[in-house]
Amino acid sequence: MEKKIYLDNAATTKTKPEVVDAMLPYFSELYGNPSSVYEFATQNKKALDEARLTIANALGTESAEIYFTGGGTEADNWALIATAEAYQDKGKHIITSKIEHHAVLHTCEYLQKRGFEISYIDVDEYGIVKLDQLEKAIRPTTILISIMFANNEIGTIQPIKEIGEIAKRNKILFHTDAVQAFGQLDIDVDDLGIDMLSASAHKLNGPKGIGCLYIRKGIKIRSFIHGGAQERGRRAGTENVPFAVGFGKAVELAMTTMKERTKKETELREYLIKRVLAEVPYTRLNGHRSKRLPNNANFSFQFIEGESLLIMLDMNNICASSGSACTSGSLDPSHVLLSIGLPHEIAHGSLRLTLSEANTIEELDYTVDKIKEIVDKLRKMSPLYEDFVRRR
Amino acid sequence: MYTKKVMDHFSNPRNMGEIENPSGVGTVGNAKCGDIMRMYLDIDDKGIINDVKFKTFGCGAAVATSSIATELVKGKTVEDALKVTNKAVVEALDGLPPVKVHCSLLAEEAIHAALWDYAERKGIKIEGLEKPKSDIHEEEEKEEIVY
Repeated sequence: MEKKIYLDNAATTKTKPEVVDAMLPYFSELYGNPSSVYEFATQNKKALDEARLTIANALGTESAEIYFTGGGTEADNWALIATAEAYQDKGKHIITSKIEHHAVLHTCEYLQKRGFEISYIDVDEYGIVKLDQLEKAIRPTTILISIMFANNEIGTIQPIKEIGEIAKRNKILFHTDAVQAFGQLDIDVDDLGIDMLSASAHKLNGPKGIGCLYIRKGIKIRSFIHGGAQERGRRAGTENVPFAVGFGKAVELAMTTMKERTKKETELREYLIKRVLAEVPYTRLNGHRSKRLPNNANFSFQFIEGESLLIMLDMNNICASSGSACTSGSLDPSHVLLSIGLPHEIAHGSLRLTLSEANTIEELDYTVDKIKEIVDKLRKMSPLYEDFVRRR
Repeated sequence: MYTKKVMDHFSNPRNMGEIENPSGVGTVGNAKCGDIMRMYLDIDDKGIINDVKFKTFGCGAAVATSSIATELVKGKTVEDALKVTNKAVVEALDGLPPVKVHCSLLAEEAIHAALWDYAERKGIKIEGLEKPKSDIHEEEEKEEIVY
């Protein structure tokens, strides 16, 4: 196919033209600083407020609880570090899972070096956090539970409401990294018992470089970036108005199209999963069969290595990603795939395909045909496959 | 990320496959790190490498280094093949990203492992050849996976 087939929407998404259109006036025309008093700048303040309200509504909360950040990673860092600092008098223990994004895991490591204790909860073979283990990990000194809403690699959706209840019952704050879930799944922070939530604009067709942290009223979390009075004094620095407007527009579009869009994505996903599992031997689907993000499919092809597969897919104009060590820049394959119990060599042979509503059956057919060809080619090259065939 | 040479050898690997009744076979690397290379050598009575084949489980660089390594040793004497270093492999590919240089080491080791096997089978000693560290024996236990 001449045309590029983009199947990496968990990495980032296309900024929608409507989003770009909404942002454009705020660069060269309405460039005022929202903190200024004159009429020209108050339009920017208004635009910022509107975007904040749109996002608040989408999460079932109020504007005053939404704080713009420089992205999902910053929101995660803020939630964890500032909570740790603010609540260390109560205790220095935090609970998280083994399959969090590095924005959470590496922040936990940072806190560990500074005297905090972290419990990393196991997940089952589908990537669902073990709730009994989570409950048992709670101590009188536990100040925070941070569990992601849905996993970025294998798409598994966590039992967020149950975790929210456990947190509430034990009077512990509950933060969730909803970067992958926001815009794809219904989220009501009150209903789910969420105290803090991280989100990012570029995962739902908004611009890169902006996200937000929802902080429930009454939580004494401190400022993360010190300076002016922006974001109620909790996140200083002149607000990025065009990006906030873009984020707001993207959320508005995502919310109005969610039902229809995720239905289509789920149908495409199911088609893809069925074809791959039926037509490529020695293949498994990683993650939960149904409790998964509408657009996520993650496979492991035995006897082959993921980076080789990605390069060959790229040669055929297909953009995808893998949890192999070679693509993670380390010697170990994805911590998520290892946590669900995959042996290293199977984890190395993983492929993540994350769809959008713009994908077509034709594109998926072409992709599956290419996967078959490439997997076959790589297996013929693989000493592991040779040994397997000999032993059979 | 990769040079044209690497991409060429990755997409059109030279001497990929197996040799029946080889003079020597060596397998190096480990599945944990995601790289395994196997080299087959066919060496004649005069000690010349008449044919060489490889199989590799690994990234683009692992495949490319295996492929170019086969070209570098084919037609050479055992002594000359021993002189093919990982540096020569990297140079022949017009360079590798720093994180992939270990693949070239693996290629050098794969040749050495195959030569070691050849020497063992013939009951000879090859001057300057040591048993490669990451040599894998066929019978090594593997984790069983159920699908």
